[in-house]
Amino acid sequence: MSAPAGMLGASLAPAEQRSGEARVAGAMSGFAREVGALSAFRLESCIHCGICADACHFYIATEDPQYTPIWKVEPFKQAYKRESSPFAPLIRLLGLKREVTADQLDQWQHLLFDSCNMCGRCSLICPMGIDVAALIEQARHAMFEAGLAPKELYQKAAHQKLTGQPEPSTEPYSAKLIAIGERFGVEIPLDKPEAEVMLCVPRTDIEHYPAAVAALARVMKHLGVSCTFRSDGLVAENYGYYAGGKDWQREISRRLIDQAIACNAKTLLVPECGHAYAALRWEAADLYGKPLPFRVLQVTEYLAEQIQQGRLRLAAAVAGATTFQDPCESVRKGGINHAPRTLMKAMGIDLHEMKNHGGFSFCCGGGGGVIDIERAAPLRYRTMENKLREIDDTGAQTFVTSCSDCRRTFDDAQAHFNWQKKPQSLLELVADSLTGAGNTE
Amino acid sequence: MDLLGFARGPALKAALAIFCLGVAWRIAGFALLRIRRDLNKPRASPARFLTEGLIAVGTRSWPHPEFIGRTGAGEALGYSYHLGLFALVLLFGPHIAFFGSLIGIRWPGLPSSLITVISVLTLALFLAVLFRRVTNPVMRMLSNFDDYFSWFITMLVLGTGLAATAHIGAPYQTLLALHILSFDALLVWFPFGKLMHAFYIFPSRAINGALLARKGATS
Repeated sequence: MSAPAGMLGASLAPAEQRSGEARVAGAMSGFAREVGALSAFRLESCIHCGICADACHFYIATEDPQYTPIWKVEPFKQAYKRESSPFAPLIRLLGLKREVTADQLDQWQHLLFDSCNMCGRCSLICPMGIDVAALIEQARHAMFEAGLAPKELYQKAAHQKLTGQPEPSTEPYSAKLIAIGERFGVEIPLDKPEAEVMLCVPRTDIEHYPAAVAALARVMKHLGVSCTFRSDGLVAENYGYYAGGKDWQREISRRLIDQAIACNAKTLLVPECGHAYAALRWEAADLYGKPLPFRVLQVTEYLAEQIQQGRLRLAAAVAGATTFQDPCESVRKGGINHAPRTLMKAMGIDLHEMKNHGGFSFCCGGGGGVIDIERAAPLRYRTMENKLREIDDTGAQTFVTSCSDCRRTFDDAQAHFNWQKKPQSLLELVADSLTGAGNTE
Repeated sequence: MDLLGFARGPALKAALAIFCLGVAWRIAGFALLRIRRDLNKPRASPARFLTEGLIAVGTRSWPHPEFIGRTGAGEALGYSYHLGLFALVLLFGPHIAFFGSLIGIRWPGLPSSLITVISVLTLALFLAVLFRRVTNPVMRMLSNFDDYFSWFITMLVLGTGLAATAHIGAPYQTLLALHILSFDALLVWFPFGKLMHAFYIFPSRAINGALLARKGATS
């Protein structure tokens, strides 16, 4: 379902409704809003060595140079040099950089959205230390302003901005949560006026992985922590982040922030959803305009904290040899490398790491909203082959992750490749391993 | 005034002036843009992430083990010719004398025979770097006028220097004048192109390393 254009604002009409000149103007003004000292320094620093290509799974899988990460921001590098760099007048005079064209932007939609998971692996390889992923995120903002966010991301972002849900549903998600609680025999704390911890939930879990929702409720009940979901700020995902709509991202985050403040939460607990964590932990305060009056923690780091403080004990999990898929947004980019491993160690899991793991893990291929972009599927499958091989090479029977988008991507791969492994939720494993009386029983 | 006098006199002074003003303008041009304050609570203390930033200056000098297989050879090539250039610029007797006249400090250099060997090796590496740039599809796609002109002008300085020390092709005074003139040209071009990475590389690594460490992210 697409949101009514009138409700989105004329300047954000989808690309097909806008002239080429309007698209370029939108992209350039969006980009100009983004360029500060730091991003200009990053653009200035590139020495065209091309090494970032060797970190990117899209390039590794295809050997196609267009997938070189820094090339994905080329129109904006070009615009910066031509329009606002220190020697811009000279560059224009000598014709060293051409004007960015509408056709060029159309072409770059594929590079900035379909073939980039915003996973940040390229930022680890640059000898100049450039955070290429940060530039790509800014370029997505500019593409959004040009009306060039892919329709799947645009529509979900628009719907989420307007309704709080990225997609229409037959009944409100709050009702679905209650139904999940009844189905799994666990009480879902909802709309409590006060709570120490505010919970939110990936729409993916509500629709595809309800056991993960129940697991979260069970674990929190076991810990005896006062917590609540809030009907008016329920969805963890932020499609504004994926689509590049910064203002929409702000409004989507704001729902959660307002609800956390309303219930006096000391902690906003982000579930197993990588980009939701990135959006709330590392971007929300900037968009909100002031520091958040509560902590933002991802569920694995919260639970690892409980273990370290002696408030949570776990029994051995029945998992056998296990490997772990590190979600890029929470591990590589978000700094939660140890927490999942602390939990697995506490459950006595026999962890078999992939060749590239932890901060250097390859993305599942679905991050950055790519799993939602239909036309990107063939390329996504191609890039996933290496990942699936790495998982198989571990010899592990069990395959665990802590991101619902990773799960969805691997489930899709399972069907596409007739692959034998099914990803499990680390949170669900924890919930199945709860031991002792808990703090309330 | 003969050509050599012009090259080491007014031309050098003008080139140095353009170099200094140009570098200052180029850096000020972006450094004076707005700096957004990050309002998200850091994972690490300021002392920790500043330290991590400084560490990144060193650690980014060589690829992480996960990347070496794909990038080790290319990076080794890059660093090799840079090392060759540094040795030639900083450890060749006449260059030491030149810098000494500017800053009043001198230091021991390398024997001329060794400098000649390094010059030839560096020249070969320079050609290899160009070959790689035009044959590697990624580098070829990314390359523009700046990349080739910066290579050319650096090569010109290197080539004329080698010719002057080996007395090849013209009288020594003429070759020396051409060498210094090409160096003057390099100074003029420096602020406008990618040679500026000499000023950027360490701050860039440090700043981005610190920002990633602020989040506890992999760096």
